[in-house]
Amino acid sequence: MLLTGNHAVAYGVRDAAAEVIAAYPITPQTQIVEKLAEFVEKGQMRARYVRVESEHSAMAACIAAEACGARSFTATSSQGLLYMSEVVFWAGLGRFPVTMAVVTRTLAPPWSIWNEHTDILSQRDAGWVIMMCENAQEAYDTAIQAFRIAEDERLLQPVMYGLDAFTISHTAEEVDLLEKGDVEGYLPPLDPKKLRVYMDPESPGTFGNLVGPDMMMEMRHSIKEAFERAREVIKGAVKEYERISGRRQAGLIEEYKCRDAEVVIVTMGASSGDAKDAVDALRERGVRAGLVRLRVIRPLPREEILEAVKGAKVVATVDRDYSFGYGGILGGELAGFVKNTMCRFVAGLGGRDLTPEDFQGIALKALDVAEKGEEREEFWWGLKR
Amino acid sequence: MTAMFSIKDLVEEEYTLPGNASCPGCAAALSLRIALKVLGPKTILVVPASCISVIQGYYPKTPCRVPVLNVAFASTAAAGSGMVAALDLKGKSDVKVLCWAGDGGTADIGLQALSGAAERNENMIYVCYDNEAYMNTGTQRSGSTPRAAATTTTVTGKPERKKSVPEIMVAHRMPYVATACAAFPLDFAGKLRRAASMPLRGLKYIHLLSPCPPGWRFPAEKTIEVGRLAVMTGFWILYEWVDGRYNLTGPSKGLLDKSKRRPLRDYLSIQGRFGHLTEKDIESLEEEVEEQWKDFARKMSMT
Amino acid sequence: MMQALSKPSEGASGLTGMWRIKRPLLDPEKCNACMLCWLYCPEGTIARRRGGKPSIVYEYCKGCGICSEVCPSKAIRMLRRERGAPDR
Repeated sequence: MLLTGNHAVAYGVRDAAAEVIAAYPITPQTQIVEKLAEFVEKGQMRARYVRVESEHSAMAACIAAEACGARSFTATSSQGLLYMSEVVFWAGLGRFPVTMAVVTRTLAPPWSIWNEHTDILSQRDAGWVIMMCENAQEAYDTAIQAFRIAEDERLLQPVMYGLDAFTISHTAEEVDLLEKGDVEGYLPPLDPKKLRVYMDPESPGTFGNLVGPDMMMEMRHSIKEAFERAREVIKGAVKEYERISGRRQAGLIEEYKCRDAEVVIVTMGASSGDAKDAVDALRERGVRAGLVRLRVIRPLPREEILEAVKGAKVVATVDRDYSFGYGGILGGELAGFVKNTMCRFVAGLGGRDLTPEDFQGIALKALDVAEKGEEREEFWWGLKR
Repeated sequence: MTAMFSIKDLVEEEYTLPGNASCPGCAAALSLRIALKVLGPKTILVVPASCISVIQGYYPKTPCRVPVLNVAFASTAAAGSGMVAALDLKGKSDVKVLCWAGDGGTADIGLQALSGAAERNENMIYVCYDNEAYMNTGTQRSGSTPRAAATTTTVTGKPERKKSVPEIMVAHRMPYVATACAAFPLDFAGKLRRAASMPLRGLKYIHLLSPCPPGWRFPAEKTIEVGRLAVMTGFWILYEWVDGRYNLTGPSKGLLDKSKRRPLRDYLSIQGRFGHLTEKDIESLEEEVEEQWKDFARKMSMT
Repeated sequence: MMQALSKPSEGASGLTGMWRIKRPLLDPEKCNACMLCWLYCPEGTIARRRGGKPSIVYEYCKGCGICSEVCPSKAIRMLRRERGAPDR
């Protein structure tokens, strides 16, 4: 079926039988929630749709619906995500297995609707599993997998997944959908008894009243432990999905020609496809390049990354995001554990084009830096002077 | 009209257990206790940051014998909406959603979510217990603080008038809007029972004046007296708005006639928050009360 | 694994009777069992005894004095607790 990334998410959420959708429009996400409204109104989904007046309310409604045993979903982008942020943390720290699609978009001011990843990465400490999609097919697949991952009893944490503004959200691709029966087996109805927070008048309890310094560390530690289990949960969910879909799925990371690579580019999101083209072109020119695409950002797949880059002379991270006074966010995170020479690039901010030629240039620059032993914090690729 | 609620109609069963963290003489704790007696155990409580979030005490204990979801300050009515959606989908029509927020969480930071829920006419009960300032943080002025009242952020008295959330709610044309006062628990109970038993789906809103001994600066044992005076002086009007009509309820019924009202200074003089008022200030507040009643009479005659 | 929900319990904030400065004392002779004290007690620390008369649960009574104020037959007096003296 020919679907844009946005519609692919909506079909995924439909097929996953979400029960409560609470959403607010924002470009370039709106088509997701429009399509879902259509599914619900036409009776193609047995769900309730709460047409809330803000993103803050959208997430609050999802949390409360989840606390009453309903599988819940919302979608947002950029400003909407930041406006929602207080409640994003509420979902993560309260361990409500909501799922959310985030169409990644540059934060204002000044106004911009184009792609950047700073919005989704701003929520990285919120207690959510964070995933990034590469294309519309993966957006559909992730929409379904996200519920299975979130609701897994070993985890029970919310999951958000990013799709790049326009490059994925508005670009139509051929997308394979699952058969209804296959999804039902993969994702059985949410059993409220398994939830950590369930508002049950038969067994009343209070969620969220005061916790003193004597218990809070332990509560936080239990979330940390859940995230340690998250890696296995995600791998299992992906593997099972491969079985029912018959399609190969990326796990925590996707490795592309890393085995003998002297330079490994690290990316996330839609431009990874262009980076793969660059890897192929470089190899034709005799440069042994490889690519690691991070599909999962939280939990950060340290071991998988280390394994993938272990033979590389240099690792080139490409951030479409920035933390002022710190640097590109992925680059900074990888610098914490990658022992290889690293070369950190910031590129494609505010939706600036990132082509295969750019990635070739980035890889060659990284090799050059490694050979000359030139130490530099970061490179802003394509910056106009 | 709301059927009279008598003390015998209140169940013995307590749904807020003793030994909670409310201040002595807390009208909000009293009202919540009454409300849960009326609504019963098949009620889910939604509570934002407020005195009620503190009253619940420390994990892993709670005084509440109904499920409680503590939610972010601004999100009470939105969380209630999500709950209603889930319960409706699951066919749990016997479970009621009770949003219970303070005046800060209702008139100020939570107003957007409340207006959204009212406009969507979500099938739930929302009670604002109005103690007329941010009491949980130590008495800062809110949009619901009355004019002239001293708070820690209006130390010489608030210059602006109190915002009327019930009137904002009426403008949403939902099934039921009422005011109540903690000092008249049976009037409040009757309104809750009416709200809960309405066949019409939608948002039912009750705005409950809740005297606060430390915040209003009066002795704890005077909570009921202060609340009664708020009503008997005409400072706070008890009414319902239903089927497009306003009705006075309880003791407010007889107070359209100014001569039947107790002097306003009886209410003001027993509260420290009004202790700084001059004779002129009091007269101006008296005029405000009179204006409020004229406005109300006009609305009653128009509907 | 830590439980997520707090469970209903008396004394969620401890024995709040310790907060009390004044102690309500009910005179059963004067009490007409109207139960207004029970109605107005914010804490729910007034129980209905067999025979229909109220009794005060001192473990949790914070001594606010509302019961004494609302009692139409003046059956509840507020006594200042003597320092160090047993409370009941």
